[in-house]
Amino acid sequence: MDNIILIAVSALGGLGLIAAVILYYIASKFKVFEDPKIDEVESALPSANCGGCGFPGCRAFAEATVVSAREIKSLDGLNCPVGGNEVMQAVGKILGLEVEAKDPMIAVIRCNGSTTHSPAKVKYEGANSCAFAHALYGGEGGCQFGCLGLADCVDACEFEAIHMNPETGLPEVNDKCTACNACVLACPRGIIELRKRGPKDKRIFVSCVNMEKGAPAKKNCKVACIGCSLCQKACAFDAITITSFLAYIDFNKCTLCRKCVEVCPTNAIHEVNFKPRKPKAETLTPEKSVSGKPLADKQLVSDSSKTGPENKKEELIETKE
Amino acid sequence: MGILKTFVLGGVHPAENKLSANAAIEAVPVPKQVIIPLGQNLGAPSKPIVKKGDQVKTGQLIAEASGFISANIHSPVSGTVLKIDQFIDVTGYKRPCVFIHVEGDEWDESIDRSDKLETHISLSSEEIVARVKASGIVGLGGATFPTSVKLMPPPGKKAEYLIINGVECEPYLTSDHRMMLEKGSEIIVGIQILMKALLVEKAIIGIENNKTDAINHLTELAKTDERIRVIALKVRYPQGGEKQLIKAALNREVPSGKLPIEVGCVVQNVSTAFAVYEAVQKNKPLFERVVTVTGKAVKKPSNFLVRIGTSTQDLIDAAAGLPESTGKVISGGPMMGKAITELDTPIVKGTSGILLMEKTESRRLVENPCIRCSRCTYACPMGLEPYLLTKAAKLGKLQMAEKEMIMDCIECGSCQYTCPSGIPLLDYLRLGKIKVGRAIRTRIKK
Amino acid sequence: MNKFTIAGSPHIHGDESTKKIMVGVVIALVPAMLVGVYYFGVDAIRVLLLAIIASLFFEWLIQKYLIKGTVTIMDGSALVTGILLAMNVPSNLPGWMVVVGALVAIGMAKMSFGGLGKNIFNPALVARVFLLVSFPVQMTSWPKPAPITDGLADVITGPTPLGIVKEGLGNGQTMSQLASELPSYTRDMVGNIGGSLGEVSVIAILLGGIYLLWKKIITWHIPVSILVTVGVFSGLMWGSNPEYYADPVFHLLTGGLMLGAIFMATDMVTSPMTKSGQIIFGFGVGLLTILIRLWGAYPEGVSFAILIMNAVVPLINKGFKPKRFGAKSGVPIKAKSL
Repeated sequence: MDNIILIAVSALGGLGLIAAVILYYIASKFKVFEDPKIDEVESALPSANCGGCGFPGCRAFAEATVVSAREIKSLDGLNCPVGGNEVMQAVGKILGLEVEAKDPMIAVIRCNGSTTHSPAKVKYEGANSCAFAHALYGGEGGCQFGCLGLADCVDACEFEAIHMNPETGLPEVNDKCTACNACVLACPRGIIELRKRGPKDKRIFVSCVNMEKGAPAKKNCKVACIGCSLCQKACAFDAITITSFLAYIDFNKCTLCRKCVEVCPTNAIHEVNFKPRKPKAETLTPEKSVSGKPLADKQLVSDSSKTGPENKKEELIETKE
Repeated sequence: MGILKTFVLGGVHPAENKLSANAAIEAVPVPKQVIIPLGQNLGAPSKPIVKKGDQVKTGQLIAEASGFISANIHSPVSGTVLKIDQFIDVTGYKRPCVFIHVEGDEWDESIDRSDKLETHISLSSEEIVARVKASGIVGLGGATFPTSVKLMPPPGKKAEYLIINGVECEPYLTSDHRMMLEKGSEIIVGIQILMKALLVEKAIIGIENNKTDAINHLTELAKTDERIRVIALKVRYPQGGEKQLIKAALNREVPSGKLPIEVGCVVQNVSTAFAVYEAVQKNKPLFERVVTVTGKAVKKPSNFLVRIGTSTQDLIDAAAGLPESTGKVISGGPMMGKAITELDTPIVKGTSGILLMEKTESRRLVENPCIRCSRCTYACPMGLEPYLLTKAAKLGKLQMAEKEMIMDCIECGSCQYTCPSGIPLLDYLRLGKIKVGRAIRTRIKK
Repeated sequence: MNKFTIAGSPHIHGDESTKKIMVGVVIALVPAMLVGVYYFGVDAIRVLLLAIIASLFFEWLIQKYLIKGTVTIMDGSALVTGILLAMNVPSNLPGWMVVVGALVAIGMAKMSFGGLGKNIFNPALVARVFLLVSFPVQMTSWPKPAPITDGLADVITGPTPLGIVKEGLGNGQTMSQLASELPSYTRDMVGNIGGSLGEVSVIAILLGGIYLLWKKIITWHIPVSILVTVGVFSGLMWGSNPEYYADPVFHLLTGGLMLGAIFMATDMVTSPMTKSGQIIFGFGVGLLTILIRLWGAYPEGVSFAILIMNAVVPLINKGFKPKRFGAKSGVPIKAKSL
């Protein structure tokens, strides 16, 4: 009896020993040298694996930073948009490099063709995919540049930062946005743009990407940019350019003076997280007479005022009804 | 007649609904204004050579081909060019179009307007190809691939058979059917011209068995030329697809990703053969075509001879108006046609029909979960697995979709037609094809 | 203005729907149900109703309160599961066991995978095997068939033909000695034998099968490959020693083979997607069935065979692709590993 136990123990023990020797041998034979800094950098990254940096994951980005630091002694062109400056400083510290601070960015939806502004002329039936609908036709409201409202951007977002507003049929970005660029790539119409978050999250942008002439653009959507160039004239800082009947505000030049917002006849220029204006300047109302003058009796205020100053960080795309 | 030929894999048989089969071709009056899209063919859009204020005659060149795969466009009317501007076309997008205000109907002098059948082919092979190219002829079955390109096989490849597609497997459509009945002799001459251009000695006209009158008519006419053979095919969708037709007629399979010339075949539509006849024998460029206007509630389902650039609305008016119950307007047939958003959309070279569908008929089923019944797999004429490709496309597994040969999909819609769960399979397949196509292009660029 | 619809092609749809398929299956099951009721009487009706109601109820309960999704009990899939479950148990099974079976079928085998279309195993068979393993006594005491026309007699239990063979051979008897105990083939065909509620009558099941084939709800590939495999394999064994192995006709006509081959193995959700894959699947089911029948502990092995092959279906789907158009003829394109 004892014998059997002895044999069993020694046989199993022997097997284990042999296996251990083989494993050790293989492990040392096939060991791949990896810079320990890669692990260090990786642990400093947010491990979201979102691909916002342009690499397939945080590990790949970490490898790229280590290689870049070794070969060109800088981290130019490498940025983790999710972690932002903090993380990049930390990475720089690990690699012994100075990293320039970058402005924090946020995704901005440049279309306001909601169900009321651009009422549906046809009814779409089919797959819930903007990319497919984009290939199929121009759009329910008739604007072939505007949002299709099928939420490809929402699906692309890893951070739950975009949601569809069922009332307007448009996506809305919230403060969780890390500017990873995934939605920008997902949108088949190029509506979403990464813009500077701005001081205290204040920003001004043209909420339209329609490149048609004024009349056809206006025909399909009440709040389209008609390329009238009033904003360009109003801007004292050369921040506004107009190409193909579409205004674009350069966020690096914009000083947030809000002059352009006031003059826009179609309310295509949006301001976000500003304090409400004096009654005179309530130009953000979507309801306007044809002549472009604001309807004075409407008591509409900008969205930012509703949320109050303490909630200023809430990203709100203009969608007032 | 024995067992009728057909293709082997997949296929469905939707209700034929050929409502306008007995309506003779009828010319609609020239409209007051035509809008001619510049991108009417597969490949590069044409380049306009007229400008605002120019006077044009019917049949005059107004836009020329801008590349190898591109086609000339001729004015379908005489009048003044109003402007070149954006206008919505069948793609649902605004594209550059030439607007012409119609004044009279003065044809270019070089066009022979007599009805006399010209059977003697005086042009040489090269001259025929050049004439077809100059006349802006594209495949009139709907794909609008420039015909002249098909007539020039790549070096090292030799065509053996010319296959004439008179299948018209799409339900509702009858334009090709009427052409075969009314323009049979011209089509036969057109086929002889195409054979001369391709230097082939064998031609096969494939016609589905639901058009026995056309089969008999063309068989009778083809007796004069023993090189041309008419074969009756079993009614089965999508037999009008090039690859399926070659399989049905000759039992040859075009390899994946290759063109029919790989198995020695060139496929042309019957209406294209007629257009070739007119171009070569009558010197008449392609500026009008036969369009079926049909639908269950349409009072007068018809086959119209229409100038390119006429608005869809004009045709609907000619067919006794838009029925109240119309839920969908389709350019083409119900299986592969494109729904259009606006009735102003102009008729183009590729418009084979206008189908006004009832609200109840065009409604999609409510999407239910896939029950893995494999009907899509059985129905796929390309031997693909639509359920799998759909899943891959939905989840963005492009590599997998490509390995499972998503690019072989001919978008015939058989899978979606047959799906008991009402899943929009083809929507997702198209989405997958768009994405995979993009991935392949970027890879090639690299 | 009239608002048009825009959608991708195709713009028409065939007249098939999930519901139609399910209703077709139910219609195909009617003959077998009627035979069950004829031979097993009121008990059979009781089991059938209980299984159907319990299946529908659990589906509704889970969809409404557990998943909180849309309730789809009207699509008929739970109805089919309920009927199939009833057909796979003896008609004298206590009611609460039937209800437990329905709970296992719907809750464990179907809903926990995500509902219709996502389950790997055939729900009714999972329930049957669950009951068989949990309550072996009740699940294997088969009532003797007593035509309902003979009046309501007390239920007497008796063995199934397969049970007789298994036990007899186990006790060292030979097939010729057992022959007198076995019912004739005519009785097997009609269904006048002991067995589960719906499996007894070969003719009734074949009728249903013909209906399914005619309506194109199933294809011939799975049933035929199962039956051929069983026939050939059992024939080989019988040829080697007719005294120790039952003949192929006996194997084909008895037990749950017909029901399994025509209704259970052809379940769309849990069978392969391609025709070549279906033949392989059928071959596997047939082989495993005979292996279990001849050398296993249980007299009957169809349900185990189908469940085992269900597990292999994803692999079969990967390995057996349809013949692609334009590919070299006869050579299915193997899915390359990604």
